[in-house]
Amino acid sequence: MTLPVVLFALIAVVTAGSALGVVFSRSVVRAAVWLLFSLIGVSLLYFLLGAEFLGAAQLIIYVGGTLVLVVFGVMLTSQGPFAGPRTRPAEWLAGGLLAGALFALIVSASLDLGRPAPPTDQPLPGVGPLGLTFLGVPEQPGEARGLAFLLPFEIVSVHLLVVLVAAAYLARAKKKVAQPPTPGATR
Amino acid sequence: MVESLSEVLPHWAAVVLAGAIAAGLIVAFIGGAAYIFIWLERKVSGRIQDRLGPTRTGPLGLLQSLADGIKLVTKEDTAPNAADRFLFRVAPYLAFCAAFAGFIALPFGYQVIGYDLSVGAFFMLAVLSSEVFGVMLAGYASGSKWSLFGGVREAAQVVSYEVPRSLCVVVPVCVAGTLSLSQIGNQQVGWFWNWNVFHDPFTFVALFIFYITATASCKRAPFDLAEAESELVAGFHTEYSGMRWSFFFLAEYASMFAVSGLAALLFCGGWHTGFLPFEPAERFGFWLGNLLNVAVFAGKGFLGVLVMMWMRWSLPRLRIDQVMMTCLKYFLPISCVLLVGVCVWQLFVPPAVSASVRFVLAFGTVAFVFGVVVSAFALRGAGMPPAGELAGVWAKPAGKV
Repeated sequence: MTLPVVLFALIAVVTAGSALGVVFSRSVVRAAVWLLFSLIGVSLLYFLLGAEFLGAAQLIIYVGGTLVLVVFGVMLTSQGPFAGPRTRPAEWLAGGLLAGALFALIVSASLDLGRPAPPTDQPLPGVGPLGLTFLGVPEQPGEARGLAFLLPFEIVSVHLLVVLVAAAYLARAKKKVAQPPTPGATR
Repeated sequence: MVESLSEVLPHWAAVVLAGAIAAGLIVAFIGGAAYIFIWLERKVSGRIQDRLGPTRTGPLGLLQSLADGIKLVTKEDTAPNAADRFLFRVAPYLAFCAAFAGFIALPFGYQVIGYDLSVGAFFMLAVLSSEVFGVMLAGYASGSKWSLFGGVREAAQVVSYEVPRSLCVVVPVCVAGTLSLSQIGNQQVGWFWNWNVFHDPFTFVALFIFYITATASCKRAPFDLAEAESELVAGFHTEYSGMRWSFFFLAEYASMFAVSGLAALLFCGGWHTGFLPFEPAERFGFWLGNLLNVAVFAGKGFLGVLVMMWMRWSLPRLRIDQVMMTCLKYFLPISCVLLVGVCVWQLFVPPAVSASVRFVLAFGTVAFVFGVVVSAFALRGAGMPPAGELAGVWAKPAGKV
């Protein structure tokens, strides 16, 4: 039992336990809080493995972005206080079967992987090489240009922007047909 | 520290002990800084409102924060009947943990850092933006309409201001070429014109935009819509009392210092004085040099917090639509222009021009600050009304009784 193994076990228990909390919560916001602990646990696993950029990205996207939007949406749209979905037994059955199948698939796949190689003491590549690879810039000058991901990335981001603009257009307040202004009318 | 502890302890114990010491130091620093900030806030607000502030509690009222703390500890810890108890209880700790986690990657001096993350600047943005989650949760779980309004406003405001704030962080990162905060600090060693803020006009403007957006994301006035005591009773913390209430304020003061420290590291030379052309920790020895470094860094952070307090007590609160408009219509385009501008500047401007611009900016700023300080001392008391009369609009017109 080395320290990384102990830490991994601790974080994994917290992550899995909060994931169960997500499933068994009645209230959406409580589920979001359990999901928060679960996602923080996953990002701590990334930090433990030395993938610092991935861990920080997990925090900024899921914790700072997605979960805030979930709670924000519940706050704006909730009909009553602390509302949550009511699940029927058939839904429990279908969900349980799907989850069991997925779990079996993941377990069989990870058993096939074999034991992981022991961690080496070499420093992991930082964000610099990551960004250069992303842009397709060769690490040594004179090498052949690698595969660049900038164009697909830009296409995806412009696509997302178009979706956002379209959503804002669909959800806009419908303007009434312009009427001649009546005296004393307030806009 | 891990290496020196490993000589007397097994490696795992050394790592755990080093982590515990670092966490204890950070908590102690946050507590001590909050103690001073509470006193300072009362004094600053008093002086700006032409009062003395606390004077009875100890010399200069310095024990006022202690008195406040005793009052808060002895208060009853209540939760409203309509509240979701679990979320209501956990929300203050979430807010505080987020503010605390930001300090892990904040270097206070040369190699004085909790854990030297290679993506420190990115990590700071990530954890500081998750402080909003605790505040929103407090607003939602209180089961009160005022709290809910405060939470909704906070969410809308912080999620919007996160975008220009992050873009302004990218501007000095483009200059530095690294996300590691300790490396960015090391690069700005030496004279003050080496600081990133004087690198070009774009980084100079980016400092101010970053500072304003960071003030907004700490929900400080004039952006304190989430608590707006004239409209929402006390906003998201209406239903809180005692220790849980004080955790929110501990988190607020901690994140104020964290963003000021981030601004100091990214723009204003980090832990360097700007007047010593070498790294103090290498010249004076690790401990003595870093004593100076930590003092300089904490001084820069405290100066940033002091300016935030000055703004809070000088400016009226904005309306929510004005807050959103300021962010989306002004700060967001400005920060995009700054980002493109700093890239273009580094690619196309010849070195002679950029060096001369750097010196003009640096010496112009120093001359301006020096002039303001000198004129403030020279004019001391000259603007005051005669004894027994009032100032400003209440002043008696000349010749009338």
